[in-house]
Amino acid sequence: MSAPARPESLARLEKLLAALKARGIVTEEELAEMQARTDRASPEIGARMVARAWLDPDWHRMMVANGTEAAERMGVSMAGAPPLGVLEDRPGLHHLVVCTLCSCYPRAVLGYPPGWYKSFEYRSRAVRDPRGVLAEWGTVLPEGTKIRVVDSTADYRWMVLPLRPAGTEGWSEDQLAAIVTRDALVGVALPQGPVAAAAE
Amino acid sequence: MSAPDPGAVTGESAQPEPRTEPVAARFAAGDRIRVRDDWPERRGRCHIRTPHYLRGREGRVEAVLGAFPNPEDLAFDRPAPRRVLYHILFDQPPIWHEGREGDTVLVEIFEHWLEPAGLPAQEAA
Repeated sequence: MSAPARPESLARLEKLLAALKARGIVTEEELAEMQARTDRASPEIGARMVARAWLDPDWHRMMVANGTEAAERMGVSMAGAPPLGVLEDRPGLHHLVVCTLCSCYPRAVLGYPPGWYKSFEYRSRAVRDPRGVLAEWGTVLPEGTKIRVVDSTADYRWMVLPLRPAGTEGWSEDQLAAIVTRDALVGVALPQGPVAAAAE
Repeated sequence: MSAPDPGAVTGESAQPEPRTEPVAARFAAGDRIRVRDDWPERRGRCHIRTPHYLRGREGRVEAVLGAFPNPEDLAFDRPAPRRVLYHILFDQPPIWHEGREGDTVLVEIFEHWLEPAGLPAQEAA
């Protein structure tokens, strides 16, 4: 048996890179730095931003007003990155992020998007049947909560600032950050307080 | 149209020039608007960031997000003048004829896709 054929897309990528390098548009070092920066980004950054917002009203105000600045203050280099917008959940209002046109995602503070976020199913259904999607995730919103689907169509990237769950009074920033999952930052899940965590 | 000359492609050409002069916004937060009922994809090659499900729909300006180079030009490596980008809020149920009263959709839309609500719809060019 021969080895499986290399995907054509890989060969095309290599040709493109070779052409860009030959013209001096990118260097090997720049590519490595970009790769490293992308690999460093993870939902832990977004989670810590949220935990801080729950603890510090000044940080909360700054983060909602200017997500890009909040990310910069977390040590994330936002130069050349799309601006970051923060969607503040309030009692009675829940945000859910989707990109129906492609798969725009706040990579600077959440890292690589999960496969489901990029799937045709999520992209087409989240905007039309958000309540059905949340139900399949097992996410139960408080009675009477309205859903605001945010279709990320252009130059911003969006993350959700969820509500702090009950029962987390007195928790440290580390403890709070630990319950803010990637899915909660997209809005398909809610951060779980101690009761829910104990029941699992 | 002749094929693009690969030698003409440079690293700068697709990059927006850093500019700081403000672009005047036609609409303000709270304004009622309608998304143009236009379908450039029927007229040829294009790249548009206005979802099809919102064409012809009425909504409200939630926020002015700033000015960004027009992605419709950037995609084809053309000079891309900055256009004002808005966050527009739509009621969700009227779009799909289903869903729950009070649920909404919030979407980034460029100014050249918007017209004041209440005026007769513009015919697509």
